[in-house]
Amino acid sequence: MADMSPRALARYQSMAAAARRQRRLEAWLPWIVIGGMFALWEIIVVAFGIAEFILPAPHDIVNSMIRWWRPLMQDSLVTLYCTLAGFGMAIVGGVLLGVAIGSSQMVYKGLYPLLIAFNSIPKVAVVPILIIWFGIGVWPPILTAFLISFFPIVVNVATGIATVEPELKDVLRALGAKPRDIIIKVGLPRAMPYFFASLKIAVTVAFVGAIIAESVAPNAGIGRLIMVASSRFDVPLVFAGLIITGFMGIVLYWIAEYIERRTTGWATRGQNQNLAAGG
Amino acid sequence: MTRPFVEIDHVAMRYGGVDGTLALQDCSMNVQEGEFVAVVGPSGCGKSTLMRLVTGLWPATEGNVIVDGSEVDGPVTIAGMAFQSPTLLPWRRILANVMLPLEVTPEHRGRLRRERPQYEARARELLKLVGLEGFDGKYPYQLSGGMQQRTSLCRALIHEPKLLMLDEPFSALDVFTREELWAVMQDVWMVRKPTVILVTHDLREAVYLADRVLVMSARPGRIIAERKVDLPRPRTLETTYTPEFQALTADLRRYIAAARSGEEVTI
Ligand SMILES: Nc1ncnc2c1ncn2[C@@H]1O[C@H](COP(=O)(O)OP(=O)(O)OP(=O)(O)O)[C@@H](O)[C@H]1O
Ligand SMILES: [Mg+2]
Repeated sequence: MADMSPRALARYQSMAAAARRQRRLEAWLPWIVIGGMFALWEIIVVAFGIAEFILPAPHDIVNSMIRWWRPLMQDSLVTLYCTLAGFGMAIVGGVLLGVAIGSSQMVYKGLYPLLIAFNSIPKVAVVPILIIWFGIGVWPPILTAFLISFFPIVVNVATGIATVEPELKDVLRALGAKPRDIIIKVGLPRAMPYFFASLKIAVTVAFVGAIIAESVAPNAGIGRLIMVASSRFDVPLVFAGLIITGFMGIVLYWIAEYIERRTTGWATRGQNQNLAAGG
Repeated sequence: MTRPFVEIDHVAMRYGGVDGTLALQDCSMNVQEGEFVAVVGPSGCGKSTLMRLVTGLWPATEGNVIVDGSEVDGPVTIAGMAFQSPTLLPWRRILANVMLPLEVTPEHRGRLRRERPQYEARARELLKLVGLEGFDGKYPYQLSGGMQQRTSLCRALIHEPKLLMLDEPFSALDVFTREELWAVMQDVWMVRKPTVILVTHDLREAVYLADRVLVMSARPGRIIAERKVDLPRPRTLETTYTPEFQALTADLRRYIAAARSGEEVTI
């Protein structure tokens, strides 16, 4: 390296140090914000003397979690299981339908209006039908999670495949490539960033779906636990259930994000950062 | 005279139904096997359309297109193509990008698995030829625009196509890179002798590279003039300063000016 003047070197080093500080701060920031929120919450509840059955303080919630850890744990696992089962079905179905819609104008024209109409129906309204069909049990939450997380996956995979550059298609077609070759070699890899962006949305809404169904048809799971707790005015336990759900949501989101970073780093390292459409 | 490799016979092309854009009309041209032909013309006159017809990507609405003795009625399977934008796959390394056609063409896809080392060596050799030695493990975003364009040329050449279709492949590059790539292109052509159709806006480029330059009219496009380029090869930048070269480009420039204003020109 060429020699730097002392002033330039000092400036360079102070810039590097500032960048390091900033990165460290960014890593801690989410924890600071969450910790700060709970602290503020505790202070407000104590300072204004808010009753426990209106807004329990964080320490009440923690106590409740410790006291009820066994049912909380069992119900979270049921909810997690239903969410992941529905989410897994949504991935399989969403990718298949997304590929079909993205690669065929006919399928797109034929199915898209129906899909939009279906997506506009609030899923709470569908749960009673699912109960009539499948009875109270694990199927209503699984299917609600599926129905609610299916759409963002379809839209994003279809977008990724449909937006392959025409020139690139021409290059491949003039070599004798069949539509299937183009989807496999170009469409699917290209749709991956869109797919992962949609997974992050889908996995969190899948929780919403499962819990909605569990609270309409109380069989098991966090949704039922919250319903039972609120009917007994055990508000700290309601909050405990909500917080655990939020926590599971974050963990699944992180997992999706981690896989995304490992597999589709090319999309963000290049100059064209892919943004997910819709959801 | 042998039968032309590409025959375009009174072709018309209309996009989008009966009252869509008429891009080409009464367009005829022939290209001999191993010939290097450049097509120049005003913007929007249908040059890219012509490329799509020759490669069978779109059907002509009137007339015949014959390539290598048989009528084109679907995408040909032998053409290498390169465009103004490099259209590389960002998730593949440079070597894998160059080798993409081998995974697709019926002729090579079966042999690729068994003979991968030979094919990889061939791809590296091509990269070396265009001045990209040692970049085969990089991703496209790690290369400059000109280097990506070279990669795209390699991709068009890797399967040794008999027909090479180049649609303004150098026009997004700076003058120095462009002139350098002319020389590379000429080298490749002199060694392999593929049939090349090059669309360009740059008359110097057309005269430098081509055996014959065709001029198209404004839309609806057809060939209105033709100039043979008899300058000896290999041509160099020095060639571009010779009076013959300059006279040719000046001639072509007059044709284009006339085509843009819609006048009839006589050859
Ligand atoms: N896919 C398409 N659908 C409808 N019209 C098209 C399509 N592609 C081209 N056209 C029309 O056909 C005409 C010729 O287009 P083309 O792309 O062949 O021109 P070009 O000579 O390549 O122009 P340029 O020099 O600017 O690249 C234009 O008027 C354009 O609007
Ligand atoms: Mg064009």
